[in-house]
Amino acid sequence: MSIELRTSPHMVSDRSVNRIMLHVVLSLLPICAFSVWQYGLSALALIVTITATCLLTERVLNRTPGQPSSLSDWSATITGILLALTLPPAFPLWMGVVAGFFAIAIGKLLWGGLGFNAFNPALAGRAFVQAAFPVAISTWVPAFSVNRFSEFIPSSLTMPLMTPPAIGDWVKLQHVDAFTGATPLARWKFENVTASAHDFLTGAVTASAGETTAILILLGGVYLAARKFMDWRIPVAVLGSAAITAWAFQLYDPSHYPSPTFVLLSGGLMLGAVFMATDMATSPVTPVGVWIYGAVIGVVTVMIRYFGGLTEGVMYAILLGNALTPLIDQHTQPRVFGTRQKGTK
Amino acid sequence: MGLPFLKRIATFEHGIHPDYHKETGSLPIRRMPFAPKLIVPLSQHIGKPAVCCVSVGQEVLRGQVIATADGFVSLPVHAPATGVVEAIGLMPSASGKMVDSITIRVYQADGQQVQVSTPRDVEAMDKKALLAAIQETGISGLGGATFPAHVKLSVPPETVIDTMVVNGAECEPFLTCDHRIMVERTQDLIRGIRIAMKVCGAPRTVIGVEDNKPDAIAAIQAALPADGSITVQALETKYPQGAEDTIIYALLGREIPAGQRPASIGVLVNNVMTLAYLGRLLPAGEGIVERVLTVAGPAVEKPGNYIVPIGTPLRWVLEQCGAKSSAKEVILGGPMMGMTISSLDVPVTKGTSGVLAFAEAEESSDAKRVYSCIRCGECLKVCPKFLNPSQLGLLAAKREYALMSDSYNLDRCFECGCCSYVCPSHIPLVQQFRVAKAFNREKATA
Repeated sequence: MSIELRTSPHMVSDRSVNRIMLHVVLSLLPICAFSVWQYGLSALALIVTITATCLLTERVLNRTPGQPSSLSDWSATITGILLALTLPPAFPLWMGVVAGFFAIAIGKLLWGGLGFNAFNPALAGRAFVQAAFPVAISTWVPAFSVNRFSEFIPSSLTMPLMTPPAIGDWVKLQHVDAFTGATPLARWKFENVTASAHDFLTGAVTASAGETTAILILLGGVYLAARKFMDWRIPVAVLGSAAITAWAFQLYDPSHYPSPTFVLLSGGLMLGAVFMATDMATSPVTPVGVWIYGAVIGVVTVMIRYFGGLTEGVMYAILLGNALTPLIDQHTQPRVFGTRQKGTK
Repeated sequence: MGLPFLKRIATFEHGIHPDYHKETGSLPIRRMPFAPKLIVPLSQHIGKPAVCCVSVGQEVLRGQVIATADGFVSLPVHAPATGVVEAIGLMPSASGKMVDSITIRVYQADGQQVQVSTPRDVEAMDKKALLAAIQETGISGLGGATFPAHVKLSVPPETVIDTMVVNGAECEPFLTCDHRIMVERTQDLIRGIRIAMKVCGAPRTVIGVEDNKPDAIAAIQAALPADGSITVQALETKYPQGAEDTIIYALLGREIPAGQRPASIGVLVNNVMTLAYLGRLLPAGEGIVERVLTVAGPAVEKPGNYIVPIGTPLRWVLEQCGAKSSAKEVILGGPMMGMTISSLDVPVTKGTSGVLAFAEAEESSDAKRVYSCIRCGECLKVCPKFLNPSQLGLLAAKREYALMSDSYNLDRCFECGCCSYVCPSHIPLVQQFRVAKAFNREKATA
């Protein structure tokens, strides 16, 4: 019997980074499936292409001698899927490749890889393509087009570095009633028309690939929270503060400001609150800090929607929350057992 | 959750629920035969080592004093078996250091009765006499802290102890020796509590027992005196329920101010094993020559609770219990805070509450892979001291040891291991904190 010296504790739980990340991937799959059902081949190609780009970028750029590949931690997979879900289904695939490369290379690896990035990599990628391709990222297509499983939306297959073709004619051919080419948020902002909760819950609205199914997003979130793979306080804080802000505005002027339900269900708020604001590396860890962080994101999202030039503000709100994270953490250190003063002097 | 209206059972905030593996809790205590040789260290307690008073070749009787206490903060050592002193000198110890020890070759034909004793009438003795008698028994904190019992019970005159807390939580996985003591030696325990209350002046005592030991709670309940001065309270089964801070908070709702002793809030904490031995040995006038400990772990064929003579080499303990050849790790104490040993020649001492043998973990190398901190924050949710282990770990990686202690309360950490237990990145947080503390200590003395 040869024995070894080891340090305590000699028991560990079965939690591991790859396990947590794998469960996040699994909880994203139903959302992907719904998106593909809505938008067909183009959505599938977008999700697969961007995820593959992220994995390839991680594999090529993140190599440590003597260490197994970092692909097995599943984090690059999450970045890829989330990024794809925030983009319009008709987004040209080559632009998706650019977004995926930027997300991993600049948004994550440049900082030092998993755990060191200050900003959510998927949102960093999206912010880059929002600036680079403003037209493509606001070109929307109707869901449930007849031939969605047999043909691509024309813009998907744009040649690299080429401008995508106008898809107005293609949209007309789809015979989708009442398609306006604008998201519910844009219609509210510019036409003061709000979509019903029923439209949101059934996916009958215009949106990014993975933003239309609040129920599946919430189910995924509840699953992750129940398994303790996600901090439930963050989505509760984000959605709660957004709802309260929206409710206050509606009280002030019901004819102009939409209902809290509309605010919660429209745009990317649900996806952002559940899957992106909760990114562990870029959110606070202190018990008080997570509530502040979530509240900032919720309020700023509504403020950008109501008063900003953009129709949707979730992405910048979360990126702002990410930027504030170190500051929030520093000023909300927990009260240590047996003391009355704060942890940080 | 910490909401008072949901609180159904006494507990503390945070903590973890590991697999408890308390299978040995239902097995009665058994006696382990004498090893051919016993190695008895002179220092098995916190304080000055005992002074050897026998010589090589001398025959000693079981229970005879073989080393005397050196001053007040010290304890005598008794011969754990009848035999002959074979050597006096340096022998391996659990910490890896060689320590002064008396090696006794055991006369195997001799019985297990203690040969030397001076029965006392405990009721008639005053506080001072009791304290002296407690020191003579050689009892230190048997939960593993090894602080001399009589020193702990000597309360300074200006300090008022209003409650004595008796720690029967036994929150470490695998260990069940306290459990068996509470079930099988309940009368000893109550007697020990009465003596301790008399010495420290506490008017009441609360015994805290985790609710995974209902038979122990029932046994104590049946033995409680009618005057109501001693009560027993069920505690939630949660690690580290049995730490001093947490058990006082769970039972009394009081926080020990950071960096102070329980006496500062009028509380004294004693382990059930310590008090049960006190209640048994003090009236009998015997010294402590053996103790009950748990032998368990996946690499042990016959796990159980055994009465083991002090000084028994671990090799013998594991042989008697059928250690498998797959054993890779031998732990003294529990799996959360216990230490591994490098040599099986290390003896059982007064503070040994358990001997665990673990085999090589079967998980794949990927499961044990260390990642960088992903800031999941789980460590903050489990730390019973409400520290920020995530931040401390990041600072330790940068060797910011002074900052860790100055701004992030490193010194409040008592190394319970909850943070390392839950860390999905498998960062050896507790070990990093130990290193940091050692650096800071060294710097302070330099």
